[in-house]
Amino acid sequence: MTQNQSLFFHKFGITPNDLQSYLGEALSAGGDYADLYFEYLTSTAISVDESIVKSASQGISAGCGVRVLAGERTGYAYTDDLAPEKIRRAARTAALIARGPAKSPVQGFKESSSHQLYPITSPSADADITAKLDLVMRADRSARAYDSRIVQVRGSYADQVRQILVIGSDGTFATDVQPLARFSVFTIAKSGQSSTRGSAGGGGRVGIDYFLTDKTPEHFAHEAARQSIIQLDAREAPAGEMEVVLGPGWPGILLHEAIGHGLEADFNRKGTSAFAGMLGKRVASDKCTVVDNGTLPSRRGSINVDDEGSPTQNTVLIEKGILKGYLSDKLSSKLMGMPDTGNGRRESYEHIPMPRMTNTYMLAGQDSPEDIIRSVKRGVYAVNFGGGQVDITNGKFVFSTSEAYMIEDGVVTAPLKNCTLIGNGPDALTKVSMVGNDLQLDEGVGTCGKDGQSVPVGVGIPTLKLDSMTVGGTAR
Amino acid sequence: MAANTEILSGVEVDLRELAASVVSRAMKAGATAAEAVVREGTEFSTVVRLGEVETLKESGSRAMGLRAFLGQRTASTYTSDFTEDGIEQLIKGALELAHVTSEDPYAGLPEASLLGALPGDLQLYYDDVYSLPPEERIDYARRAERAALDADPRLKNSDGGSFDAATGRKVLANSLGFVGDYRRSYCSVSAAPIVQAENGTMQRDYWFALARTITKLDSPESVGREAARRTLRRLGARKIASTQVPVILDPLVAGSILDNIFDAVNGDAIYRQSSFLAGKLGEKIAASNVTVVDDGTIPGGFGTEPFDGEGVPTRRTMVIESGVLKSYLLNTYTAKKLGLKTTGSASRGLAGNPGIGAGNFFLQKGARTPQQIIGDVKQGLYVTQFLGFGVNMVTGDFSRGASGLWIENGELTFPVEEITVAGNLKEMLNNISEIGNDLAFRGSLAAPTLRIDGMTIAGE
Repeated sequence: MTQNQSLFFHKFGITPNDLQSYLGEALSAGGDYADLYFEYLTSTAISVDESIVKSASQGISAGCGVRVLAGERTGYAYTDDLAPEKIRRAARTAALIARGPAKSPVQGFKESSSHQLYPITSPSADADITAKLDLVMRADRSARAYDSRIVQVRGSYADQVRQILVIGSDGTFATDVQPLARFSVFTIAKSGQSSTRGSAGGGGRVGIDYFLTDKTPEHFAHEAARQSIIQLDAREAPAGEMEVVLGPGWPGILLHEAIGHGLEADFNRKGTSAFAGMLGKRVASDKCTVVDNGTLPSRRGSINVDDEGSPTQNTVLIEKGILKGYLSDKLSSKLMGMPDTGNGRRESYEHIPMPRMTNTYMLAGQDSPEDIIRSVKRGVYAVNFGGGQVDITNGKFVFSTSEAYMIEDGVVTAPLKNCTLIGNGPDALTKVSMVGNDLQLDEGVGTCGKDGQSVPVGVGIPTLKLDSMTVGGTAR
Repeated sequence: MAANTEILSGVEVDLRELAASVVSRAMKAGATAAEAVVREGTEFSTVVRLGEVETLKESGSRAMGLRAFLGQRTASTYTSDFTEDGIEQLIKGALELAHVTSEDPYAGLPEASLLGALPGDLQLYYDDVYSLPPEERIDYARRAERAALDADPRLKNSDGGSFDAATGRKVLANSLGFVGDYRRSYCSVSAAPIVQAENGTMQRDYWFALARTITKLDSPESVGREAARRTLRRLGARKIASTQVPVILDPLVAGSILDNIFDAVNGDAIYRQSSFLAGKLGEKIAASNVTVVDDGTIPGGFGTEPFDGEGVPTRRTMVIESGVLKSYLLNTYTAKKLGLKTTGSASRGLAGNPGIGAGNFFLQKGARTPQQIIGDVKQGLYVTQFLGFGVNMVTGDFSRGASGLWIENGELTFPVEEITVAGNLKEMLNNISEIGNDLAFRGSLAAPTLRIDGMTIAGE
């Protein structure tokens, strides 16, 4: 028996018979499918600000969401009280979406096959708070030691353990214990009248050891401090269409915004995505192969099973430039007659699952990063980004640089002030003319928002050259 | 569908008593000061798409948070577990954590003399947001979508019409004897139609209405028609060449500039020197026609509260007066750090130290209509959408994706997309050359139509 079962079965006294009867209640007015999602989430956070630890917090959030599907209709209700009568009431509320004779769930559950993606020897949640305090204090000292112009440092460490149990009227039974940890550093540099910011962070489904050995507080502190110092000399970014080179790793947010959201099955089922009806068509140059892979060990965007209890997969979205697949959950896969790719995710038990990305990245190509830079006459080399956004329906997407440089005659020159890059999803990747041999995934900082729901994700690219993209600076 | 409130009625506890008892138990357990917050809420939402119900969601939830002090050390905990065991853990956890954090000379609750709540009925809560029978709630969503789709035969697809209702109650208690609580309600209706051009490209836009009582909610039909108008005008949008022309921001887009101003006067950003307005108090930072007010006391307002997240009464604060920066927005901590007085702007989540929140934060309206402002522009861009997060609050650098309509000789002509609008907020605030008379609250932050000169548009 897994740790999960012991939690929901023992701490909350839930039995397999109860689960069967809750599903029966959910299908009491008919419907095609019902599921229950139990969640128990514990979180800890500690931060340093002005070289002292001003706050530390911890919390518990638990509940159960009940969903009933009837055709394209979804009924949903949740409770933060796991007493049987409260769950039954939620099930009866969700059942109101259907109007028909009662149906019976499949008798007996079949446990979903699952990956083992988080082999942690030192769970962060079990670590003493003083160990986490030590991490943030190290980040503060390290960032300040980097350069005397660093005048402000904030560092924070947050971890959580999310235990879930998903059961479905088709016999679905899945459990998972999902750890997640993230370290962040934010710095301000000041010189004369000018102030600049820098930020860095990372983590994943890792234990506290990761921050002691792999990516240390000093690593993130130096990265944030380095960025803010570089920005002190930044000049105005150019305005207009030009060649753009994206550095490896986090600039993969390009894929997330330009194509990832547009390939989520719900938008395509409803015909509201600029990619609707484009399966089998060219949406990128033949150098581009893009996957969404929820099965990478220890990654922030990885999960053993999705929030509908389906195992995650490695799904090819674009193969040599041709659109191959969508990201699907149970509802869209059933309605579209397409495979469920294990991308049904939700923020919490209070939310209805929908197709979401996991780790979205482009496979490595043949070009050396140096050759890519050398090939550019005048353009922008963008190596770090803040957030991005996309308008699914017209396909226009943006992402904003936090560290970028001019490339002039094949050489990287002056750092540029922050600016936004804008493009059109269905054709942005057709302008990819060079793909580096240096694929990197981001360090584990991404959080994706859709319909008001946030979920952790990952992105990655090798160094890429786009022959044309609009750069939103102010210089003429 | 069962009335929403019913979900919680089975576990009726006096939440004021609960909050006060958590505080006193924390004090007995060794805290030198404590503050508890208890929140309870209900929500209903439905989406109707192409005439059919797509989702129906209804539920309630509650949670509590505790902030405990050990002298000048502080920590916080939260839980959704209201059992004796859950509360015990909440208190024990907060005190254990507080032993670990640092002595901060500025930490602490507000002075007792500052605590209190605005008197009288602030018109924040109406239980009529749930008074519609379930079928009529669904019908509100259906009517909004239908009005949008009926507006033009080219509108054939949709992201749906929606109706939402919610109520919330918040209780705050602290060890200085403060116990306060208030309820708020809201309901909203929206529509998001989609139009497809002959070449297959699509455009989507939306409109919504929001009210504290169903009696003040705009009709679903008016919302649907406005959504259709906003969507249809995007049909055939194209990119333009890079240029420098005046930009006119429609009120929704201008509201995002108010967001930026709010972030720039946020006391946390000021003491951390992470705002381009840090150290500018008393200086002229915007054009002389710009006056920005934060007012948490407006009856029925979407940003109104009787007291802030620390139990200090909300108030009206002049933030920018005729272009001069008059006040930051501060809670107890940031006020102490800056040697100033709290403006009653504490915002309290379940966990962590209080942050800064806006009351009703708005830019005072001008005298001219949006049509007059557009009419003066020979060549310019009317911006109806910003995309992305390209604002750097430390430097003020601003660069965001945009779409809108091209202005030629005072008239809106063709739609524009896939461009960016860039500048620096320090200059943008000084270059606000026109302010419209069309201030309307669709949330707690609001601005009228604004004209800003000197920004760069990047396109082809």
